[in-house]
Amino acid sequence: MAGLQKEHEIHTRRRGRNLGVLGMLVALAVLLFAVTIVKMGPQSGNPTAGATWGESLMNWARE
Amino acid sequence: MTDISSQSGYEGRPEAGLSDYVQLMKPRVMSLVIFTALAGIVAAPVDVHPVLTLASIICIAVGAGASGALNMWWDADIDARMARTIGRPISAGAVEPGEAMALGLGLSILSVAMLSIFANLLAAGLLAFTIFFYAVIYTMWLKRWTPQNIVIGGAAGAFPPMIGWAAVTGEITVTSCLLFLVIFLWTPPHFWALALFRKEDYAGVGVPMLPVVAGEAATRRQIFVYAALLLPIAVAPAFSAAGGPIYLAVALWATVRFAREAWLVRQRTAEMAEADEYAAEKRLFVTSISYLFLIFGALMADALLRSVIGDFGWPVWF
Repeated sequence: MAGLQKEHEIHTRRRGRNLGVLGMLVALAVLLFAVTIVKMGPQSGNPTAGATWGESLMNWARE
Repeated sequence: MTDISSQSGYEGRPEAGLSDYVQLMKPRVMSLVIFTALAGIVAAPVDVHPVLTLASIICIAVGAGASGALNMWWDADIDARMARTIGRPISAGAVEPGEAMALGLGLSILSVAMLSIFANLLAAGLLAFTIFFYAVIYTMWLKRWTPQNIVIGGAAGAFPPMIGWAAVTGEITVTSCLLFLVIFLWTPPHFWALALFRKEDYAGVGVPMLPVVAGEAATRRQIFVYAALLLPIAVAPAFSAAGGPIYLAVALWATVRFAREAWLVRQRTAEMAEADEYAAEKRLFVTSISYLFLIFGALMADALLRSVIGDFGWPVWF
């Protein structure tokens, strides 16, 4: 026979609390990521931005 | 086998929900902190990336919330005996005192550490000092010891614009000190107006607020003194690096209005106040809240004006 479970108000509180913590952790991660991108400057994530294909190859060869 | 739990009569203290933890951090105080800190950032004469602005504001707000949690943790005993505060999460039994302390300490460390990364060490140091000042100097020491508690302790609420300014400029200047002074002088009439119509509450828990210790007449005089002192101090930032014509006009109008309402309170007696349930005192309290939003809103309006039309030759004396 299937069990009947009535959700108690305490479960609602716990779910709300857990979702709140999850939301804040995600927001913190997003904020840290965004600040990192900003502080690394306009070339962040693409050190050879603006360089031609040939220049990028030469830079790589030198490294 | 069925599993029907009889859960209608849950015995024991309620578990805290997310809203209880939010209330623990005094969200109304946080909103004022956010607004004044944002004004400090926006009014500073430097260009700042919006993401860094947002990050700094979040750190300052979390630091303010942490202070609130620590305050509620320490004052749980008197909060439970005051009508104004009996509904707070710890007094209501939703949050354990130990939880509040842990949350306050944890968020304090997190907010200061993050601000040192997002902004600079000066801003982080100011935030750390603010949290310490509010939680230790004001809450644990001054509040229950001296009627000058909110005069000195009010400095904690005056730091946010200075922290915001320091976060984007990396320095403390005359302008940021003036913004600090505006809130510092605003604090006593704001809280003493509240204390006038909550006198019995404070007396019942032994907190030496000025109306309890020195009487209503002395408190009314002091309220007006601070409101009058506020006039030159509130106008001075108009001629600083952050000022402008909008701030000058709003500061003059709002401060004269504030001083006028303080004067009305000064003229009243306890009997007159009791007759109309402290209507003028309550009005002064409400006015004082809108005053701060007006003043710092005007500061941001002038910053917007400067960004749109550039330097228009406004005199800068500080």
